[in-house]
Amino acid sequence: MTEITTEKARIGAPSAQPFIDGFTEEGENLSPVNTGTETTTAAQAPSAGPLAGASAKSHSHGGGVGVPDSSRAGRLTSYKLADFKPLTGLEEDWRFTPLKRLRGLHNEVLSGSAPSVAVTAPEGVVVETVGRDDSRIGSAAIPEDRVSANAWENFAEATVITVPAELQLDGEVSVLLTGTSAEASAQHIVIVAERFSKSRIVLDHQGSAIVSENVEILVEDGAELTVISLQEWNDDAVHASSQQAKLGRDAKFKHIVVSLGGDLVRMTPSTRFTAPGAEAEMFGLYFADAGQHLEQRLFVDHAVANCKSNVLYKGALQGRNAHTVWVGDVLIRKEAEGTDTYEANRNLVLTDGARADSVPNLEIETGLIEGAGHASATGRFDDEHLFYLMARGIPEDVARRLVVRGFLNEIIQQIKVPALEERLTDAVERELAASDN
Amino acid sequence: MSTLEIKDLHVSIETEQGTKEILKGVSLTIKTGETHAIMGPNGSGKSTLASTIAGHPRYNVTSGSITLDGEDVLAMSVDERARAGVFLAMQYPVEVPGVTMTNFLRTAKTAIDGEAPALRTWTKDVKAAMQQLRIDADFAQRNVNEGFSGGEKKRVEILQLELFKPKFAVLDETDSGLDVDALKVVSEGVNRAHATGNMGTLLITHYTRILRYIKPDFVHVFVDGQVVEEGGPELADRLEEEGYDRYAKGAGAATIAAPAAAQA
Repeated sequence: MTEITTEKARIGAPSAQPFIDGFTEEGENLSPVNTGTETTTAAQAPSAGPLAGASAKSHSHGGGVGVPDSSRAGRLTSYKLADFKPLTGLEEDWRFTPLKRLRGLHNEVLSGSAPSVAVTAPEGVVVETVGRDDSRIGSAAIPEDRVSANAWENFAEATVITVPAELQLDGEVSVLLTGTSAEASAQHIVIVAERFSKSRIVLDHQGSAIVSENVEILVEDGAELTVISLQEWNDDAVHASSQQAKLGRDAKFKHIVVSLGGDLVRMTPSTRFTAPGAEAEMFGLYFADAGQHLEQRLFVDHAVANCKSNVLYKGALQGRNAHTVWVGDVLIRKEAEGTDTYEANRNLVLTDGARADSVPNLEIETGLIEGAGHASATGRFDDEHLFYLMARGIPEDVARRLVVRGFLNEIIQQIKVPALEERLTDAVERELAASDN
Repeated sequence: MSTLEIKDLHVSIETEQGTKEILKGVSLTIKTGETHAIMGPNGSGKSTLASTIAGHPRYNVTSGSITLDGEDVLAMSVDERARAGVFLAMQYPVEVPGVTMTNFLRTAKTAIDGEAPALRTWTKDVKAAMQQLRIDADFAQRNVNEGFSGGEKKRVEILQLELFKPKFAVLDETDSGLDVDALKVVSEGVNRAHATGNMGTLLITHYTRILRYIKPDFVHVFVDGQVVEEGGPELADRLEEEGYDRYAKGAGAATIAAPAAAQA
């Protein structure tokens, strides 16, 4: 039923017919410089990459000479759009993304009005709208790709949410982002969880928008923070979101991505450890139906010793040209002794004509670690499964719901906000019901 | 008392070489409380009969009928047949991703009975049935058939048989691939279900071995999509000694061997 691969699992229609334009059974056509870079490698990259430590407000290049992307540590990062070359679609980190459907996020000035931001927060949480010159901007993130840099260069104002030191929140901070514009726009959000605070923040994306978003997340020493990013966009939305977290000593960070709506959604969440003792959990759930492109590219940067990370993303696909992409990069640098990390991606293909790409990458530069693992499995729900369940008296619609619900529930139950869990369970069932089946 | 009646059943499948007839006029009547063994060489159509009764979409009924107490089974969807009381213990149970055994068993029981089972007694029943079939308790939390060995899958099929309490059980080569211990455990399960007196059994098998543990009232020998001989339990004993060769001689070995490859 399941196929386990450590490198690349590309399942979907097993037939010879390429269901997705531009793709063949052997994958898209790579440019020569990118060929072969997706394999798991212990690269000979410089150990102190540009991403560690305080973000310098300049740019830097890395990687082995003449071999771009030989290590994740070597990826170009910069606040300046001009430092990133125009995209061709052959770049390692863009090769799965249909650029035409980005609707200008990569090559236009992002001057449209960004989705409106409405924050509902328990007492004690500080919510501010600030200009570009605010000192907290750039405290946790630096763009790693052109679309993110484009937003950084173009955003007009930022929303800063601060959970003050030692504040323990019962309820969650709800950030409702409602898109109403069809022009390409830029959004910027900064979340600061101060020392020993405990909080949960929900970024709730709705409506129609074409938006590139940067979310900076600073988790200070001893703080415990959960960030849940929901993408329940309308069908026409295009959303790129770079969500970068920087973790202090003994910080606990949980990040949950739920992507259901939108024409194209590309999430690039990352966690960077800057001091020992911190833990990160990154979960994701996506459900792509006909024609949808849902992409997630993760990065966990173990730059210091004795940190823990756990990544689990689960996706369901149904309908012709439903396409999901999951790429998980985990880098254990030389200094990161005692690291414990695991990442996994599971996909469930419900119909023919859908395609799930899954690429877990693990780079290990030290052997003195607790553990490091990665896994990917993509399974199909087919007529034989359906027959088995129906032969036990279970009607077809119930059978499908049973399978998908069971599969995705593992992620939903991580949310721990009952009303939200219920809403998402309902949303998943609506996705199922919307199918042609 | 119920009756499952199969009359002059003709079934074909679509293959790359075109339509192929597998069942060529099968008639059988099974009543509650009876155990019928269907025996035959590979490729004789035994499993096709089982799958057709359950309603697998691959098999097309071209003529004939199947009725359950007069109701037209062929007009029912797969799930309707199960709810009407037909249970197929599959030869190759599939792994179902994302659904735990616990969840699956409860959902199926609810569908079959038309109401959710009382939670406390149900949990107890499941536990007891699992114990009797020597299925590890932790299987309840695993996904349906996922990672189960061949023998474990068969035991889980019989677990369902005992819990769902069908009117008619069709056991499609439940014995194949089982070692003697597992065969005994599985047979005991079938006998327990049978002892309630409310179930008729159609036991499909290639070997006579299982008939030492499950005693048939009737034995039907299947060759090339037809019943070629019928009798009581003594017929099984004769098959044990002589095998299927004497049927092959009569029908011509080549014609029997050919469909075997296509239907395996």
